[in-house]
Amino acid sequence: MSDLRADRISVAFAGLRALSEVDLKVTSGQIVGLIGPNGAGKTTLVNVMTGFQPATSGSVRLDGQDLTGLKPHELRRRGVARTFQGGRLFRDLAVIDNLEVTGVGLGLSRAAAIARAEAMLDWVGIAPLANRIAGALPYTDERRVAIGRALMGNPAFVLLDEPAAGMSAVEARDLSALIRRIAGTMGCGVLLIEHNVGLVLDLCHHVVVLDSGVVIEAGDPATIRASEKVRHAYMGTAADTNLPVLEAMA
Amino acid sequence: MGSLLQVLFDALSLGSLYALGALGIALIFGVMRLVNFAHGDVIAACVFALLWPSVDAVAIIFAGNLPWYLLVPFVLAIGAALSVACEALVFRRFRRANPATMMIASFALGFVIRYFLLMLFSSRPKSISLLPALSQPVEILGARIPLLQLITIAVTMAVLFGLTAFLRRTRFGLEMRAAAENFTMARMLGVRANRVIMGAFALSGALAAAIALILGSQTGTANIMMGASVMLMAFIATVIGGMGSLAGAVLAGFLLGAVATVMQVILPPDARAFRDAFVYGAVILVLIFRPQGLLSARGTRERV
Repeated sequence: MSDLRADRISVAFAGLRALSEVDLKVTSGQIVGLIGPNGAGKTTLVNVMTGFQPATSGSVRLDGQDLTGLKPHELRRRGVARTFQGGRLFRDLAVIDNLEVTGVGLGLSRAAAIARAEAMLDWVGIAPLANRIAGALPYTDERRVAIGRALMGNPAFVLLDEPAAGMSAVEARDLSALIRRIAGTMGCGVLLIEHNVGLVLDLCHHVVVLDSGVVIEAGDPATIRASEKVRHAYMGTAADTNLPVLEAMA
Repeated sequence: MGSLLQVLFDALSLGSLYALGALGIALIFGVMRLVNFAHGDVIAACVFALLWPSVDAVAIIFAGNLPWYLLVPFVLAIGAALSVACEALVFRRFRRANPATMMIASFALGFVIRYFLLMLFSSRPKSISLLPALSQPVEILGARIPLLQLITIAVTMAVLFGLTAFLRRTRFGLEMRAAAENFTMARMLGVRANRVIMGAFALSGALAAAIALILGSQTGTANIMMGASVMLMAFIATVIGGMGSLAGAVLAGFLLGAVATVMQVILPPDARAFRDAFVYGAVILVLIFRPQGLLSARGTRERV
């Protein structure tokens, strides 16, 4: 049993506080949701936890070991991987090449990287797309490639940044099943950032709600559903866009 | 039929030269966003690597006397080494600089190389006889084609196939393609950035050396300015091809070669002196209708 922790993470950009003393913990096999209105600091937290951005203060720890300040590929080799909003694939490369280059970057030999990439494409359910050019895929498939790429190093933890954005209800359900398998079958700890609050409440064991860089609520989905603070945070911003969120909470 | 074939071979061999030059520029642009204007001077330096330094009018041949199977690898190695040295000594310091700064640095480096050659060899063009057997004509369907032209075309094709295979089938090639599209992301995923950039410079330098061998044999002279005209056309080819797109650079190189050769034939004799002006005019037309180039590289549109 492994755990990945963010301890009292603060990030300030030019005097603006993006995150203030944020704590978060994910353990193996657990799906933790990270929700909050736009600009709450969700992606900033993921950036800090995966080495893409330095924290002003606080630390990131894997099983108690301090990982703060490590570079993204070093964190990957230690088992902390992520996806990006919109996939960020190498769009000119074939799907399999996208995974292979990641494997090679993790230190695998080329043959091992290819074998692993093939197995991974099969696992995420897109084996027939192996030789398609990544930039030509529909975005639901693109997301799966991105998830496959993140899982190449057999990570202990994977941080998914809005994997369901723009998906229909049916597509989101397929994605949920995949995320459950990542946590259940692989035993991977998953941190899920999502605007689709319904999906998060349905899928996650534990949910953390950020607003303006501060954790305003944390707990199991029932706690979040019942929380006045969360309701208020979403109501406080543009109410129209948050209507689906409030419906999901009802 | 014979003269048509002659035009075709002229176009292909001129296009080959431009394509090889454009490829050398596009490779580096792909991984570093650097337009390397020193490339032409690397070409010239490779030609002069065949001679002993002297300011006499008569060239003192040194490596130029080697048999071809030693000469070719020697010159390719010189080109690769010089290009890698440019990266290690100069461009590495500019990795984080903006593209305009890097471009200006490349101009400066080009001048340094050129004036270094000037010091060692003087600015007078020297006559050299490089691989003289290649100027023999070969008769094909009534056209007399210089053997060198055939070899130029064949070598370019071999280089293109070899490079494609290298980029598609090797680990290094895979890393290079990923880095060319999105260097930051490739680096984040653990791609060995320094090795990829060094490799791109080595390949680019070897391509410059190949051009040097062809130009040296074709013209029979060594001239410190000899890389400049190829460099200009090659740069234009990379722009038309879509900066950073290797296939685009090659395609546009051949296209430019074809346009220049055809203009040479169809323009009235009085206008032939202005052939290049017509070629550049055609370039302007292409860029008006396709400002992103014929095949635009993905990496220039989206960056992390």
